[in-house]
Amino acid sequence: MLPVVEVRPTEPSLQIDSALTAGWLEAFLRDEMQERRGTPRAVIGLSGGVDSALVAYLCARALGPENVYAIRMPYRTSSPSSLDDAQRVIDALGIHGETIPISDAVDGYLAHAPDADPRRKGNVMARTRMLVLFDQSARRGALPVGTGNKTERLLGYFTWHADDTPPVNPIGDLFKTQVWDLARWLGVPHEVVDKPPSADLEANQTDEADLGITYAKADGILNLILLGYNDHAIAARGYAPAEVKLVRRRVDGTHWKRHLPTTALVSGTAINEFYLRPVDF
Amino acid sequence: MQAALVQFKPRKGDVPANLAAMRDVFAQLASGPVELIVFPEAAMTGYFLEGAVYELAVDAPTMAAQVDAQWRAAGGSRPVDVVVGFYENAFGTFHNSALYVRCGLPEGVHIVHVHRKMFLPTYGVFDEERFLTRGRRLSVFETPFGTAAILICEDAWHALTSTVAALKGARLIIVPSASPGRGLSGNGELESNVRWRAILSSMAAEHGIYVVYAGLTGFEGGKGMSGSTSAFSPRGDLLASLGPLEPGIISIELDPAEVDLARATIPLLGDLSAVLPDLWLDDEIPVTRRLEELT
Repeated sequence: MLPVVEVRPTEPSLQIDSALTAGWLEAFLRDEMQERRGTPRAVIGLSGGVDSALVAYLCARALGPENVYAIRMPYRTSSPSSLDDAQRVIDALGIHGETIPISDAVDGYLAHAPDADPRRKGNVMARTRMLVLFDQSARRGALPVGTGNKTERLLGYFTWHADDTPPVNPIGDLFKTQVWDLARWLGVPHEVVDKPPSADLEANQTDEADLGITYAKADGILNLILLGYNDHAIAARGYAPAEVKLVRRRVDGTHWKRHLPTTALVSGTAINEFYLRPVDF
Repeated sequence: MQAALVQFKPRKGDVPANLAAMRDVFAQLASGPVELIVFPEAAMTGYFLEGAVYELAVDAPTMAAQVDAQWRAAGGSRPVDVVVGFYENAFGTFHNSALYVRCGLPEGVHIVHVHRKMFLPTYGVFDEERFLTRGRRLSVFETPFGTAAILICEDAWHALTSTVAALKGARLIIVPSASPGRGLSGNGELESNVRWRAILSSMAAEHGIYVVYAGLTGFEGGKGMSGSTSAFSPRGDLLASLGPLEPGIISIELDPAEVDLARATIPLLGDLSAVLPDLWLDDEIPVTRRLEELT
């Protein structure tokens, strides 16, 4: 009998070289903030979760902690432990920290919207935080830096024109599991990295319960979808067909969230259709 | 021949600033022995221009005059050869081109060669053929080193281009490039740069040819140009390489005898010349069949 080497369908690795990744993203931040947009100052909405913590670490390394302003924006139902976790990041990095509660602003509007369900309330909170971040940036001659990761962008698990609005985002092409890897490598406090991810818009909310799938599985499926594999080929790599379907449905149902508003084209000079200039021109 | 390979970080669309940066490079090199200075693709404008290419493209004589003016302003008191990638306006037809010019001559500047990029990547992050017209000819030209050819970025990714250049007599291939870095799983190196190195090394080793690569660096709207300016011996060995992220210069002496020795040791190019007619006249090659259908 001759030895047989059996080759099965393989799955592309999502492993990252953390040192290489950190260096690349820090160079991006320096070029994009300092050289092109002319400010080293970054404003980050620090939630206590791993995404914004990672962005704070990258900004502090790239721009210096003295140029990083972390804004905590709790609503009255926000988990107190989120505030504590955000403070751990502020203390570890020596960045500026400020707490600006959004309860008055949110409740002021919601008094006129008594029928708002939890989803609408969550969107109002997210958009209020966006408003605060931009104003706090204007106050400091800074730029808001985004904290949305590739997984939530692909699943549409964010509030449109809220979490996705900052003009610079260093982690938007990293899957959630890659965010965890890089955060651990950079020394983000374990209380932040190891807790279940949560949008913290409702009590006891977790991302994975909301989504109906773990991030580890979602990332594997998303990566294969992006590489062009069909559902059958993805299932052949060990994923449950129902989970493949769930992920694909979320991606296909949210393409609009990854674009600017749809504008009726009526001329031969329509912006971004005929009139084409890169963002950095 | 003493060559300098410049890893260059342009300011997007700011031609005067980029010419000034070119002048600074010349000032650094003018008093030394350098005979050939190579800048990357689209060095005077940045790579991703979209529709702005029509605002910034210039004709080859204009680009040549601008390069010559920088050399003289930097105190260049002798002739020097310069390669620079630029967007070319050729009477209303636009190309991604690279210019090979001899600067500092008493009579002015001499355009030795203009290569127009033949393979315009138009997939994924790339959109060149939406805005540009591809070059139609891969020519070789004479330099102080000997016969040379220019391949711009994707031109070099096709094994056939370097083969054609070598068959036409090239002993040096100059690759100005602008490559957005991607793939972070590598062992300390971008996956795209690992791929580049393999391509350039095998090109050099197969044909017994020097390969010099000048890469753009700096981020353009989130896309990081991956630098990695490098030089490969005619045996395929990596002689020098810069990292991906910082501007810099590789100074290197190119020795024609190394080409002769590499080809004497492994005469693949000679073998190819002998076998080429059998390969090329094979009527199963699609291009041959299509020509027959046309006639």
